[in-house]
Amino acid sequence: MSTWRKLLRDPQAAVTGSILILIFAAGLSTPLLAQHGPNESDLSMVNAPAGTPGYLLGADESGRDILSRLLHSINTSAVSALIGTGVALAVGVSAGLVGGYFGARTRAIAEWAFNLVMTFPGLLLLILLMPVTGGDYRYTMLIFGVLLSPGIYRIVRNLVLGVKNELYVDAARVSGLGNARILGRHVLSVVRGPIIIAAAFMMGASIATQSGLAFLGVGSKEIPSFGDMISSGFRNLYVAPTQFLWPSLLLGLITASLVLLGNALRDTLAGSRPQPAKVGQGQRAEVTPQPPAAADPEALLEIRDLTIAYPGPGGQPREVVRGATLAIHRGQTVGLVGESGSGKTQTAFAVLGVLPDEAVVTRGSIVFEGRELIGLSDSEMRPLRGKQIAYVPQEPMSNLDPSYTVGAQLVEGVRSALGISKSEAKTRVLALLERCGIADPERTFDSYPHQLSGGMAQRVLIAGAVASRPKLLIADEPTTALDVTVQAEILDLLRDLQAELNMAVLLVTHNFGVVADICERIAVMERGQIVESGDVLEVLRGPRHEYTRMLLDSILDHTAPIREASR
Amino acid sequence: MLAYISRRLAAGLVLALLVTLITFLMLSLSFQDVVRTILGQSATPESVDAMTKQLGYDRPVLVQYGDWLLHLFRGDLGSSVYTSLPVASSVLQRLGVTLSIIVPALIITVLLSTFLGVWAASRGGIADRVAQGLSLVGYIVPGLLLAIALVYVLAVRAKLLPATGYTPLAENPGAWLRSIAIPVVVLVIGGVANMAAQVRGRMIDELRRDYVRTLRTRGISTTSIVVRHALRNAASPALTVLSLEFIQMFGSALIIENVFALPGYGSYAFNASLQGDIPVIMGITIFGVLLVTVVNLGTDLANGWLNPKARVH
Amino acid sequence: MTGPLLDITDLRVAFRPRGFRARPLEVLHGVSLQVGAGETLGLVGESGSGKTTIGRTVLGLVRASGGSVRFEGREIGGLGARQRRALAKDIQVVFQDPYSSLNPSMTIGDILTEPLVVQGATAREARTRVRTLLDQVGLPSDAADRLPREFSGGQRQRIAIARAIAPEPKLIVCDEPVSALDLSTQARVLDLFIDIQRRTGAAYLFISHDLAVVRHISHRVAVLYRGELVETGPAATVTSTPEHPYTRRLLLAAPVADPIEQRKRREARRQLTPHPTT
Repeated sequence: MSTWRKLLRDPQAAVTGSILILIFAAGLSTPLLAQHGPNESDLSMVNAPAGTPGYLLGADESGRDILSRLLHSINTSAVSALIGTGVALAVGVSAGLVGGYFGARTRAIAEWAFNLVMTFPGLLLLILLMPVTGGDYRYTMLIFGVLLSPGIYRIVRNLVLGVKNELYVDAARVSGLGNARILGRHVLSVVRGPIIIAAAFMMGASIATQSGLAFLGVGSKEIPSFGDMISSGFRNLYVAPTQFLWPSLLLGLITASLVLLGNALRDTLAGSRPQPAKVGQGQRAEVTPQPPAAADPEALLEIRDLTIAYPGPGGQPREVVRGATLAIHRGQTVGLVGESGSGKTQTAFAVLGVLPDEAVVTRGSIVFEGRELIGLSDSEMRPLRGKQIAYVPQEPMSNLDPSYTVGAQLVEGVRSALGISKSEAKTRVLALLERCGIADPERTFDSYPHQLSGGMAQRVLIAGAVASRPKLLIADEPTTALDVTVQAEILDLLRDLQAELNMAVLLVTHNFGVVADICERIAVMERGQIVESGDVLEVLRGPRHEYTRMLLDSILDHTAPIREASR
Repeated sequence: MLAYISRRLAAGLVLALLVTLITFLMLSLSFQDVVRTILGQSATPESVDAMTKQLGYDRPVLVQYGDWLLHLFRGDLGSSVYTSLPVASSVLQRLGVTLSIIVPALIITVLLSTFLGVWAASRGGIADRVAQGLSLVGYIVPGLLLAIALVYVLAVRAKLLPATGYTPLAENPGAWLRSIAIPVVVLVIGGVANMAAQVRGRMIDELRRDYVRTLRTRGISTTSIVVRHALRNAASPALTVLSLEFIQMFGSALIIENVFALPGYGSYAFNASLQGDIPVIMGITIFGVLLVTVVNLGTDLANGWLNPKARVH
Repeated sequence: MTGPLLDITDLRVAFRPRGFRARPLEVLHGVSLQVGAGETLGLVGESGSGKTTIGRTVLGLVRASGGSVRFEGREIGGLGARQRRALAKDIQVVFQDPYSSLNPSMTIGDILTEPLVVQGATAREARTRVRTLLDQVGLPSDAADRLPREFSGGQRQRIAIARAIAPEPKLIVCDEPVSALDLSTQARVLDLFIDIQRRTGAAYLFISHDLAVVRHISHRVAVLYRGELVETGPAATVTSTPEHPYTRRLLLAAPVADPIEQRKRREARRQLTPHPTT
């Protein structure tokens, strides 16, 4: 119920909602407000001006009371909206639930039928079927509802398909719930919001269409409607412009309110939508960069007192990294270990200058080869990226552009880093792919990402990262998404490449085993702070910080099983 | 590839048959009224019967439909009950007028929506507010009102453009441009409202994807990331919207043509429907379906080119 | 003498891929395994091995294309919807993802009472039982009024466990229940699983990709590779001195948190496999 309260508090929803309620309430009280019938024409009143006694808004070209016609038109549009939306919802929601929830065959039939409806220009059909509907706008709206239903069907079907794959629906089925109960309890609750939103837009569409058709003259002249009034006002535009104004204003107000209400509903019910990103602006920093103080002469990268904050729920900044300090020497491999939410990935992103837009660096410095990185713009960072500092991500598939072949993506990166010709770049990429353990480099070069296995995709990403012999490689959980046997191979590859190119590596991971396998030094991160760092052997064998000890103790023993075979 | 295209065209043909059959069956419910409309209110029952017989409406419906189909296969769509003009050539001529509004409108809509959507999604701030405001205006104001308002301001008051009428392109290109200007603007405003919002949403989603970050770490330029990578990935879903947009515009054009008294498809359909001119209605229906089939096929092929996963082999 | 609680023989599962003329793709090629009452059978395999499919077949979420699945001697492979629902009392599940396995719009109380009410409990009985269940999994009783999003991953997994043990089942299928959890949480949730088994006597079919996890909780372990069982035996044997080369590779591939020990393992692994490509 808090949703409703939130809606009431949203000014846009409250204002548009109230306008609609007022307008339709006026329509309902037509018998009380109207002094004349809508089609009652008085020839002495033709084009009577506004304010004429008994004709508050004047009379039209046939001497009919404009106010009364307006009120009746409200009712016509309300009925149109109800019929159009009602039919669309009844057809679309039931078909969507059935098509989404039950088997592929049922869905194929529904899909086919709705595609058929969708491919035809609806308005044309409504006009062509005029001899059939006999001009009754209610029948027209009935057909229009069917024409609107594919949109609803798609929304509902997609939501249901999404929900159906959720584990909680499987869990409900395992708990012994029948289909009807699952649809009612788990599925309907998810589709309710989007349906309400769509209904607001469909009402607007129904009213606009009904008016458009009436404007054309489709339908009975006996039924007062905005379209008919606008058409009459249009003919009379030079004589009495206000006749055109009233129905246009009211129609505009109703459709605008419905659209704006729909938008407000969407914002409230569907939660906040993602906002635009400011591409190419560089990450935000609110620190005054200071000259690197007493820098470690051997350090390639030095992170000091780094603090990164996100806007929190109450407007208070929420710090995800709090004063992290870390140094990496040339050719050194450092493991940055922590649990989820410890800020290890944020630290890595900050070095690359690719923190999300919302994040702000509020304190500290990142010095790479004597140069302060914090505060650099995207174009100042670009010469470093790829060439000096490279990145290997966690999830191999989502980090390749699905629309380009592997080769095209790698060539683009190599060329932007090294400025070499296309054919040179291709030769280089092919050699790299082979070096990274890909059996058939030519074929992989021409493959699209979706044709690769996870392990292959990760090799491709590593090839792309080391293409220009970077001095520092930042690998963010590079093996977490992979099978353990593939992980071992990828770690072998990283170790070999590191030695070959003498790169420094910052390896972000949650796995102490990975650190033990490949790193010389380790830094342990807890809630945004680095609590312990040092030589890998020393820290893993004799952890000093309590948190490190706790983590190491949590590792499941690798030798003795603790349970015996039962009975 | 060729097999795919011919399969799709065959499916389109089946669709056309089905839609025309349904339309014919529904229309057949009102053949009596049609005859009465032709003869006028004062017609005697005898003359109505005679007319019904003359038009062949007394035969079983399926036989009539089969007859229509047979003629169709011979390339004959019949002729108008009223004017006796051949349906096929009239429909094509009218379609030409409507397409000469829709095609320019669609092209401008795509260019403008892409620009606005990309600008809003990759710049944020004021750019985003401007783009969102524009598309909201297009959504809120019904096309009908917009058309009338523009006629009033640009044609009636400022006398910059003709209020009504159509000049064929071949006759006088300048006059043609002036005659379609306002209708095109009306269609574009409605179209951009919908499409720019779609492009913006898709672009925002794309720019937040992991591969964009990885491309940035490779030192690739912002322009390349936005245009070559993100826009290309956003374009595939936006194309589906485009084909729907075309159908939508086709519908809107019907009303707009009426406001501007353009001799297009819509007014032709409207008159035929009002008069119960069955051969013309059927001709309009089948051309409508075929047009939609071709547009959908075109979108699917473009989609396959853009999106390797959807590529047909 | 009674037979095993769960008896799977020669299980085959094939999926129809999307597409018109695509041939069915067999993912399980005749798997046989047994789980005794009160026992934990660990099922280990990498992605694509079919381990999850075995669990889903036992749960009735996937249909077998061959072989048999017997529960307490009764064939449950091709049961109708009604009979399958009756089995809900005996066979339960804990899934991997603690986020998508709880309906975000339902309170914890509603989530936990749902299976009880389906089994015919009154609302009052169900409420009392929920308090006991929450206590059993180490959550405060006021958790019942809150929504899943207010809980951490580990706590959500506790809620999923409470839901599974609610009808006092004889078998719980655990599908990677600790894989999504942090190291420290993982150990605590595993201990909860062991504790609950001691108290309720439920058997577990415990599916995981992680040999260390499986070793920690299982009595017996079965290793699955590309839809076939390659090795089955007591947990101690399979997880420390395996016979099958694949199991050995799996064991040596998992790195240990000690640089010197890990170097030895690495060398042992390299001798085992001549650097295969992925």
